[in-house]
Amino acid sequence: MLPLTEKKIALTIKEMESDLGRIRDLSISIGKISAADWTEPEGPTPYPSLTALRDWDRRILSRYKPFYMPFCDLCCLCTYGKCDLTGTKKGACGISMPAQQSRIVLLSACIGAATHTSHARELVSYAIKKAGRDCPINPGGTSIGVEAPIIRLVCGEKPETLADLEAILDYCESQITALLSVTHTGQEGDPLDFESKVLHAGMIDHVGMEVADLAQISALGYPKADPDAPLAALGMGTVDTTKPVILVIGHNVPPSVAIIDYLHDENLTDEVEVTGICCTSIDATRYSPRAKIIGPMSWQLRYIRSGIPDVIIVDEQCIRTDALSEARAVHAPFIATSEKNCLGLPDRTNDPVDVIVSDLTSGKLDGVLILDPEKVGEVAVRVARAVAPGRKNARRTVDLTEVQKQAASCTQCRLCQRACPNDLKIPAAMKAAGEGSLSLLAGLYEACVGCGKCEKACIKEIPVHSLIVAAAAERVKNEKFTIRTGRGAIQDIEIRNVGGPIVLGEIPGVIGFVGCSNYANGGREVAEMSLEFAKRRYIVCTSGCTAMAIGMHRDEEGKTPYEQYPGSFTAGGIVNVGSCVANSHIAGATIKIASVFAHRNLRGNYAEIADYVYNRVGAVGVAWGAMSQKAAAIAAGFWRLGIPVVVGPHGTKYRRMLLGRADHDEDWYVHDQRTGEDVYAGPAPEHLFVAAETQKEAMVLIAKLCMRPNDTSRGRAMKLTHYIDLSQRNFGTIPDDIPRYVRTPADIPVTLKGEITRILEQSGWKERPIPDPTLLKRNKPETRQER
Amino acid sequence: MTTADPWQTAETAGPKKATVISKPAVAHALIRKANHPVLLIGHNAAVIDIGGRKLIDYLLDIARAQKIPVIATGHINRALKDRGYTSAVILPAVEAGQRIADPDWTGPDGKGSSDLVIIAGLPYPMTWTLLSGLKHFAGHVKTITLDNTYQPNANWSFANISVKEWQDNLLCVLADSSDGRQTDV
Repeated sequence: MLPLTEKKIALTIKEMESDLGRIRDLSISIGKISAADWTEPEGPTPYPSLTALRDWDRRILSRYKPFYMPFCDLCCLCTYGKCDLTGTKKGACGISMPAQQSRIVLLSACIGAATHTSHARELVSYAIKKAGRDCPINPGGTSIGVEAPIIRLVCGEKPETLADLEAILDYCESQITALLSVTHTGQEGDPLDFESKVLHAGMIDHVGMEVADLAQISALGYPKADPDAPLAALGMGTVDTTKPVILVIGHNVPPSVAIIDYLHDENLTDEVEVTGICCTSIDATRYSPRAKIIGPMSWQLRYIRSGIPDVIIVDEQCIRTDALSEARAVHAPFIATSEKNCLGLPDRTNDPVDVIVSDLTSGKLDGVLILDPEKVGEVAVRVARAVAPGRKNARRTVDLTEVQKQAASCTQCRLCQRACPNDLKIPAAMKAAGEGSLSLLAGLYEACVGCGKCEKACIKEIPVHSLIVAAAAERVKNEKFTIRTGRGAIQDIEIRNVGGPIVLGEIPGVIGFVGCSNYANGGREVAEMSLEFAKRRYIVCTSGCTAMAIGMHRDEEGKTPYEQYPGSFTAGGIVNVGSCVANSHIAGATIKIASVFAHRNLRGNYAEIADYVYNRVGAVGVAWGAMSQKAAAIAAGFWRLGIPVVVGPHGTKYRRMLLGRADHDEDWYVHDQRTGEDVYAGPAPEHLFVAAETQKEAMVLIAKLCMRPNDTSRGRAMKLTHYIDLSQRNFGTIPDDIPRYVRTPADIPVTLKGEITRILEQSGWKERPIPDPTLLKRNKPETRQER
Repeated sequence: MTTADPWQTAETAGPKKATVISKPAVAHALIRKANHPVLLIGHNAAVIDIGGRKLIDYLLDIARAQKIPVIATGHINRALKDRGYTSAVILPAVEAGQRIADPDWTGPDGKGSSDLVIIAGLPYPMTWTLLSGLKHFAGHVKTITLDNTYQPNANWSFANISVKEWQDNLLCVLADSSDGRQTDV
């Protein structure tokens, strides 16, 4: 069987004589995707195989060496085991601890990439059903010329219709299958080759995400690269509880769309509240900004238990696997809608709607599986309207007497605290609550990630999480915020406007605050960080649960960050691109800087563009509450592009960092394309994957990691100004590595001239050239195409 | 060998687990005998109150008495400066771990690699993973945590002890520290 990349056959016959007759101007194409008028030369790696970019990976991994921090000393993946891999020991298959760690990281990245790609496959099929195979890919009308920067870069294709995306997914699926097979016992054994494949999985993940979001933007009429996308309501306090309330949880929007459509078609839009948790709610607001976002995935327990949702619909990803039992506890009918998440429920897909509605409203069934989004839409609305009147009185009200009574039964065994990922001081709060003071208990609300492990640990079966939420009822009631609905892609004109300032360093950086909500100290920190960098005129991008956390913040005038800052991709903007698959637009923007601004060829030209982004685009990803395997895959996609990622303290549980050694001068030489010389360019960026212990440390790291070898003196001086200022504020000192980042006296921030000059003199600093930097010796100017 | 349960109940590690420091004199002896120890202080050290003093104050007393170089992680350096300590090397905890694991690293004081890492004041899970990295990949280094929670990946750790017992232990280490280490750096 031919590999997919060889399935693309273009046969053209000008003139041929045969027994059948004369054939003239015959043209046959099999597997054609790209338009015939796309003349961009193809680069060296269209549809790269597992090893096609190995050299690029090795270059960056030679700078950013893995520092492994095993999360378990054992391997238990085959029946040889368990094997103790402590230190230099090896498993029965011969695997070492570094290889085992990178193997697990690859497994995680494969899970993430598979999840996004499977999601994309479902969305493409759904979009084709809804809008047709010939529905054009349209992420932004005339404001977008490069419609699919990642697909162009990785696959060397220029998709034009939804049908074109199917072949892209064929490629992704083949790669993920191969990557997953790498983790089998007795396959890869070298840690760095595992790591290279992690990067490959990340790159594939980004392709899958881009496909997913292009499909839904094109078919569902989402905002199209609109900086002024409408605001939507955010928070539990925004729900009108006098109406029937539907809750959707997950990531795959078709059931939500069907609910919204059914309400519209039946003139019921004003009669029913559509609320959501996690990315499916973000996408629901992109479809209809009247939908409401309750919050990140950590809001699941508290919202379900509030009894407010009358019907609960789950699709896929990041859904609590006990959501069904939680729904049963509050007698809320439950509908599962994905083959990937059936939860043991009876499949009623082929049953008449009336019968399903009757079964759910009568209590004959408490949950069903329906694998037809349209049917889900009708069932959900009808059931919600039917059960809501009877449920209003049953809704749980906060009973503070009960809180005190339950808290008083606490034995102070501390097992709740020992189960809590954030080590919250629950026993002390319970003691105080038992004595009538709820302030400590209420104070835990912000840092609680809603995992519920405290309750599972409690020997007295105290519903600890519920008590925390009840104690914080006033705060919960006031969760009334706004979020800008996901705008999707970045316009070409925006890229043209900021491309120069970014590449020259005059916009000090592009920071993507993304990922899950497993925060060590609550979402407030990520909101504060995004505001800090927006104020400093960085470009702040966001998506998914983090975009929600940023929205749950108000300034002194009562404005949320989305009301304070523009949604445009410009200095000082806070740009919500959308759900987690919309992270592809953040990566895509950095790629488009190489294309739209710098006129580099994207087509199948991965290493050159990654080299460009790495050396010139001061972008940093921040996944402050990263929890999932998808987050691991997303991060890996950014690493391969040369974009560093900072995670919060829980991020060390991803088992390894990719850290540079600033003290190893030999690691930081680049080729100067002007002179052909190898020159020291400093540790910029210093790390590719690093966990920060605190918000304050993270802010200093972020500012530092925005520096790039290509920065002009003006740009470097600006970046150093922020780095030094943040370090002085948070560490109380000027960083000791400043001499590594000052190349010429013109790099020195004017306001710190005297002090920095003294530091340079004491360090023996010598002026050095600012290179035209590349890590690729083959990277010559004639490979570029001016357009 | 005495062991204990990890403070975070689920954070079991593997066959190799930390020895519980049952007597503070043991901690003192370990520090005193080390040729080139390093003290890694996390941000919680400025937050945790132990009998009216912060953890950072106890740790600084130890560092000063034993002439141990300090690596400041998180944003703890500001609190160190507020206490007049200005010679800490500032590094993210994971970067400190990577360097400590490198036997060729010249150390925070430029005097060569460390043979003992003393850790305190970081978030529990971060200490856990960091110590795991050192357990597996820094065979030349021994590790000891002075937090009051059991860390299975260290070589030596206190058990999960009360604040009062913790204070007593730290005071004991301090009292014993007044005579300095056997090999000053």
